[in-house]
Amino acid sequence: MRVRLRFSKLGKVRWTSHRDVARMWERAFRRVDLRLAYTEGFSPRPKVSFGLALPTGGESVAEYLDIELAHGEQPDVAALPGRLSPALPVGIDVLAAAVVHEKGSLQEIVTSCRWELSAAGADADLLEERVAQALAADSLVITRERKGQSAADDVRSAILSLAVLDDGLLECELATLTRGLRPNELLRAIDPQLEPGTVHRTHQWIQRDGAKCEPIPLPLPATAAPHARRAS
Amino acid sequence: MTSLWPRIEPLLAKVQKPARYIGCEDGAQMPVHAPHKVGWLLVYPDAYEVGLPNQGLQILYEILNERPDAAAERSYAPWTDMEREMRARGLPLFSVDSHRPAADFDLLAFNLSAELVYTNLLNCIDLAGVPVRAAERGPDDPLVCAGGHCTFNPEPLADFVDFFVIGDGEEAVSEITEVVGDWKRGGRTEGSRQNVLAALAQVPGVYVPSMYDVEYDGERLVSVTPRHAGIPERVEKRTIADLNDWPYPKQQLVPLTEVVHDRLNVEIFRGCTRGCRFCQAGMITRPVRERSNEQVRSMVSNGLKRTGYDEVSLTSLSSADYSGIEDVVGGIINDPMCQGSVGVSLPSLRVDAYTVGIASEIAKVRRTGLTFAPEGGTWRMRQVINKLIREEDLYGAVESAFSQGWNRVKLYFLIGLPTETDEDTLGIAELARKCVAVGKQHTNRVTVSASVGGFVPKPQTPFQWFGQNTVAELQRKVGLLRDATKKDRGVQLKWHDPKATLAEGIASRGDRRLGPVIEDVWRHGGVFQEWSEHFDLSLWEDAMARHGLSIDWYVYRHRGEDEVLPWDHVSAGLHKDFLWQDWQDALAASGVEDCRWTPCYDCGACTGYGIEHVVASTLPPAGGSQGTFVPVQLSAART
Ligand code: SF4
Repeated sequence: MRVRLRFSKLGKVRWTSHRDVARMWERAFRRVDLRLAYTEGFSPRPKVSFGLALPTGGESVAEYLDIELAHGEQPDVAALPGRLSPALPVGIDVLAAAVVHEKGSLQEIVTSCRWELSAAGADADLLEERVAQALAADSLVITRERKGQSAADDVRSAILSLAVLDDGLLECELATLTRGLRPNELLRAIDPQLEPGTVHRTHQWIQRDGAKCEPIPLPLPATAAPHARRAS
Repeated sequence: MTSLWPRIEPLLAKVQKPARYIGCEDGAQMPVHAPHKVGWLLVYPDAYEVGLPNQGLQILYEILNERPDAAAERSYAPWTDMEREMRARGLPLFSVDSHRPAADFDLLAFNLSAELVYTNLLNCIDLAGVPVRAAERGPDDPLVCAGGHCTFNPEPLADFVDFFVIGDGEEAVSEITEVVGDWKRGGRTEGSRQNVLAALAQVPGVYVPSMYDVEYDGERLVSVTPRHAGIPERVEKRTIADLNDWPYPKQQLVPLTEVVHDRLNVEIFRGCTRGCRFCQAGMITRPVRERSNEQVRSMVSNGLKRTGYDEVSLTSLSSADYSGIEDVVGGIINDPMCQGSVGVSLPSLRVDAYTVGIASEIAKVRRTGLTFAPEGGTWRMRQVINKLIREEDLYGAVESAFSQGWNRVKLYFLIGLPTETDEDTLGIAELARKCVAVGKQHTNRVTVSASVGGFVPKPQTPFQWFGQNTVAELQRKVGLLRDATKKDRGVQLKWHDPKATLAEGIASRGDRRLGPVIEDVWRHGGVFQEWSEHFDLSLWEDAMARHGLSIDWYVYRHRGEDEVLPWDHVSAGLHKDFLWQDWQDALAASGVEDCRWTPCYDCGACTGYGIEHVVASTLPPAGGSQGTFVPVQLSAART
């Protein structure tokens, strides 16, 4: 049985890396005695697959991982969030769980992410202006490192939406497939002077039966997660 | 006092490994501070990933927080990038638990496990906003104290540390809390610092350097004597009689980010009487105190359940010597609760006790890293250092490992040992080569890595009188080994930088005149000297020269029997004549047996303190008590 879990990463724990989070999960599964399937071979690993890495320091209410349960393990899937959250660090809460039927890893199926970003010290007027310019542009070229070489890429088409929210945050939806656009790269693309501030992933999007949806939607607005703020 | 977190957090995006500074580990505590409670900041003066797993610090953290009159938090040396950001913004050293400023605590308590962290200790005191020199501190400043193995020669840090705790800290921290609590409730008035230090000097195991006068005659140290009546002439170490009374840590910290030794650690015994003459840890932690089988088992199973780790390390100075080690390892591996998924690692293995039995049990789950420490390349050399393992023992152990599917084994050696000849040095290459040959009979992918470290003579050991090898001599020996192993595929030679060995030598056996040198190295930017990317020998050499001190005199010179040693007034229980006799035996290449299973030599560690070994088995493990008789047959290890 393959199970998908949606979780948050909020507060101090956001300063841990993607790899750190993977290790927290491995320990959590052992703590609650949820048995996973293992890979074959010399050093077997549990079958766990994470979605797209969140940058270290970024917060999120839309992180996912898929797990393959050991043969015969049939937990009450609806109860998994309540079972797993206490075994994870403060700030990491399991928001929802569901059995997965569709094919493809999270890395393959997620097409875009929605982010809320701040640019340290930039005022709202400046941001509005930059956003308007970016949206009006036909192309936005940034240079990125690729295998030790720097290459110029046009990233305009990866910006699916971009706006300034009332509270001054930048809201954007960025494509992830082929070579996706990262939040910091977006800032560079619209103004190299902008200094990266907070990063918050609110949604990851997939296509299911031709419709855009979340891998596991949340019943409530994501920001109302139970102890989301306790950790900070 | 409020948390510094809002000021720390904006820096984290600018530094490497920000998770070093967030705390939040499973097992971390948020103690409530109060005017009637003594605040302890336990500081490990090295990077978080090295310091976090330190068991000594974690044990005291729990013991103190269980007391109603104490509140303990932790801190680690901020890495250089973080330090730069903190200093630029006037942010002081902080605790990782509640992010309080260090100077808000009543005590800054440092764990000293290695001499090369001394400059980091100064840096941490300074970052705390506290004067680095003890004499300049006032009533508002916290008391600075230190414990750990290095404190068996406290003198190089005497200028900076208000008091040292010698030996096991489990009991002493409580007594210190009471004394400091009185001082705190008395209002820490002007001039009261002297009084609290005088009161602390009455606590057994506590050494207050400012209460002693030091006299020199030219280069020679003449005496270290108490300045006042009632201050002990000799400070005796603390020893807990029974490890079973101290089942700590109960809540081992589980870090959120990568650290060294990232697994459950359970201390199975403390102390070691194998009597390896180079080993300070073995000499200063006598006698042997085993934890009972049941307590080990319950600490392992509770610990695994709580942490979710899938590896447990059974720690001690020589884990295979534990009574019934095979049963304990088998019990963990075959415990149905563990579902065959919990690996066991045994650090510090004696080769003569590593059997096919243990190897095959461990291999059932995971072939954890395997390290053996023959230390010397020839039997003669090993008799000198009293590491009495025979070549056959080593091959037997390696055979056990390779036959059970390992294809990589690590060997540790020392070079620069007393009486060492080139034949002894080259014996290292020979041993490694033969281990590869043993492995080749089982697999083609054999790697034997030989790690070679330069020997630093340590205080309170029989080798404390020995003149360390020079950098050039150690480099020459490394060169010999490189040439000898160049053509050997399968032997991987690694060596420790001989320059770092010299710096460690300077700090290890110094007297108080070393204080200004350490301060000088620190003021010239010499922090994180344990790390090759930051280590700089010229800082040490220049500082010695600036203070008119001779490296030759402090490091390379042999000491004589009558010489007053800088640490003579600090006692690990060992009689000086016992150590001297053992030194003479070493020079005669004569070994001694393990007193845990044979009659006592009256070294002083038990006899002087009215305690004794706590060992469940009256029989030595496979391989036998070392020494002059033929060890127990090794057939089991060779089949
Ligand atoms: S006092 Fe005797 S039994 Fe105790 S450690 Fe020393 S030699 Fe061994």
